[in-house]
Amino acid sequence: MSRYRRRRLVNRAMEVLATVAALVAVGVLAVVVISVARRGAGAVSWGFFTKPQALFGQPGGGIANALVGTALLVLLATAMALPVGVLSAIYLTEFARRSVAVPIQVVIDVLAGLPTIVIGIFVYALLVVGHTQSGYAGAFALAVIMLPLIARATQEVLLLVPDTLREASLALGVRRWRTVIGVILPSSVGGILTGTVLAVARAAGETAPLLFTSSIFANTVQTDVTKALPNIPVLIFTYSEQPDPALHQQAWAAALVLMAFVLLASLAAKALLARSRRKLAR
Amino acid sequence: MSAVPTSPLQATYHRLRGRFGDLSLLGLTLAAALACLVLVGAIVWKIVALAGPSFDRFGLGFVTARVWDPVKHVFGALPFIYGTAVSSLVALVIATPVAIAIGLYLSELAPRGVRGIVGSLVELLAAIPSVVLGLWGILVLGPFLAHHVEPWLHSTVGFIPLFGDPQQTGQGLFTAAVILTIMIVPIVASISRELFLGVPSDLEEGALALGATRWEMVRGVILPATRSGIAAAVILGLGRAVGEAIAVTQVIGGGTRIGWSLFPPADTLASKIASSYQGAGSGIETSSLLNLAAILLVLGLIANLIAQVIVRRFDPLRGAR
Amino acid sequence: MTESFTIAPVIDVTQVRPDSHAGEREVVFDIHDLTVSYGRVTAISDVNLQIHRNIITAIIGPSGCGKSTFIRCLNRMNDLVPGTRIEGQILYQGSDLYASGVDPVEVRRRIGMVFQKANPFPKSIYDNVAWGPRVLGMRKDLDERVEKALRSAALWDEVKDRLKKNALSLSGGQQQRLCIARAIAVEPEVLLLDEPASALDPIATSAIEDLMHHLKREYTLVIVTHNMQQAARVADLTAFFSLEVDENRRSGVLVEYDATSKIFTNPSDKRTEDYVTGRFG
Repeated sequence: MSRYRRRRLVNRAMEVLATVAALVAVGVLAVVVISVARRGAGAVSWGFFTKPQALFGQPGGGIANALVGTALLVLLATAMALPVGVLSAIYLTEFARRSVAVPIQVVIDVLAGLPTIVIGIFVYALLVVGHTQSGYAGAFALAVIMLPLIARATQEVLLLVPDTLREASLALGVRRWRTVIGVILPSSVGGILTGTVLAVARAAGETAPLLFTSSIFANTVQTDVTKALPNIPVLIFTYSEQPDPALHQQAWAAALVLMAFVLLASLAAKALLARSRRKLAR
Repeated sequence: MSAVPTSPLQATYHRLRGRFGDLSLLGLTLAAALACLVLVGAIVWKIVALAGPSFDRFGLGFVTARVWDPVKHVFGALPFIYGTAVSSLVALVIATPVAIAIGLYLSELAPRGVRGIVGSLVELLAAIPSVVLGLWGILVLGPFLAHHVEPWLHSTVGFIPLFGDPQQTGQGLFTAAVILTIMIVPIVASISRELFLGVPSDLEEGALALGATRWEMVRGVILPATRSGIAAAVILGLGRAVGEAIAVTQVIGGGTRIGWSLFPPADTLASKIASSYQGAGSGIETSSLLNLAAILLVLGLIANLIAQVIVRRFDPLRGAR
Repeated sequence: MTESFTIAPVIDVTQVRPDSHAGEREVVFDIHDLTVSYGRVTAISDVNLQIHRNIITAIIGPSGCGKSTFIRCLNRMNDLVPGTRIEGQILYQGSDLYASGVDPVEVRRRIGMVFQKANPFPKSIYDNVAWGPRVLGMRKDLDERVEKALRSAALWDEVKDRLKKNALSLSGGQQQRLCIARAIAVEPEVLLLDEPASALDPIATSAIEDLMHHLKREYTLVIVTHNMQQAARVADLTAFFSLEVDENRRSGVLVEYDATSKIFTNPSDKRTEDYVTGRFG
């Protein structure tokens, strides 16, 4: 075969391989989503959302308490992580010298890469040992995971604000803190919101941090944050390891709900991003 | 608040209030930033401190000891280091070329409209919670691999010791590696796509104008130009795989076996911690589990720091993040 | 790059060395009714032109009149821009360049291009020149090939001791000559140069222009330039493009195409005269 024809063939083969790889990725996504949807849809009903978990061995039951628990945990975690994340980002972009900012950034990136099981164990050793599991402990563990995500997202959007805006405000005699709070932050709200939504989507699905900090089995709706709260990820995890097919189906259904939430949150974040981009481009 | 004071007293008041405001904001934000530092330090310190008793008892030999016996109070990390290493490396070997191929597809090959959709779908794959992937792994992937893939592999390439006798349940290193692959691919693919899109188009045009095919241009210009970025992405993916506890626990079956075949059950550092911690009977067992966590922490830190060094040294733009 | 701002043209016609037989040489490109549009914008319309062998043809005209678009049609680089529509016909040595069976990859090997901004690969000087031949399968005597290309680009003496050094360490003018060497190394028949010296200083520009005079012995050269003096200095034939605004359409058209000396001293079209005398553009 001539050299030229061989080159064309190789090019074509590579194109096919790349396309196949992309198709495989999309295919795997489709398989997982369809599996979850098919197996979980049967158990999803109004009752599923409103009834708490049934006692082990009893049929029926739903995920009401786990839903409430996850909502509380994530809400609490966001309340902990958001201020610290945003404030850290402000420090890094508005106040810190490069020599100080870079090490802190390195550490925040390290935090983002820590295995979640290690974070779970840490919070367990810190807050649960000697006491009991609690919603606070679980939320704190989730907050540790959300913190670097929010900080990074905030940093990126703060960096997008042009320096001329800062200079203009300062040149008017407006003080630094007012400039930050009154000018820079408002224009960054879109990006911060996007980052927070993504962090929330991530936190809602995390199991390892909650395994040791907030992982009870309960069959009533709990709202006491000082005690452990049932939650969706641990529910799925626990049920998946049981041999009972009825529990499996509940797990599939809960997974369906969780995935739907993650999907919606991602779409919302994308929409927010597009909107804030349009605003900045004005 | 007017910028022009109306009296000396008011001027002083405004100035002090302004300075107070500035200082307060500085103090608040500095405290938040320091809190991050303290947090990481506390995590490292606590884990290491709690691993102390186990480290004192077993020393560095912990890393090479093969026995994990809660009854006799003898503990060793080797089976789990083996499990982590094998599952992560197998996943990496499969995931890396696939992810790079997807990155190339998304940046070079896909038509305009398809690009955005497929890109979003790949990102969605990354967003699947690991517990859901693990659930799917136990109930769908595991049986599928056990009944179709493992026997086929054993019968065709069974002479390679990696592919020994197939398992019944599909719980084992192989399934874990496949799950980890699914987790790594979107991470590396997204980063690769950004890197490839960042190669200046006049370099691409220069290569094509010489009469090179698209693939030759990719191989000769794009891949060499993005080499270090891809390395960082791969290491990032490796860190993810090493640290994954939940999905791996669900599909790996549990065990302390060290052997050639990929199919039998095993445990990784992360999965052992996740599965055994609640049931830990003695202080020394708990401490040994934390010893495992310390090893995991060190591995994760190394991977993360190497990736950061690569990115910051070779791509100063991205380091500003 | 700034044009000379005068009323009368400051072009030394005695410097023009026209090839009086230029128009009689064999036709390499035969272009009929070429119209190129990107989406709804028409870049050039109804261009009819013939490019002849072994001479330098210059394409001049004001910014935005489609000169680059035109030249990029000749090696099918416009294929890379999505939404490009090409109507009309371009015959290269008698064959339709855009016929359905034609592979752009092969077209680009035979019709080389040098770009406005030098774009050497981030590789060594040697590897920049050798990459093309390696990929195309001309692996024998690679060293000789590289040397020959660098000599033809008048760069050999300056780089022969540092072939392994990174190409980006060269000066702008050297990088551009390296790109020319790189293009020559794959043995094209035609060289298209899209404003090759616009980013260079006068000395480097002059080196490139001298180079072109040598290169035309072996290759057919088509150069786009918005520097009239350059066209007068190097080109045998010159084509003047301009913008035509008609109805709702703004597009580039070929106004006049003739021997360089005629274009600059005695143009037939008033628009050409206005342009070369500096009255506009």
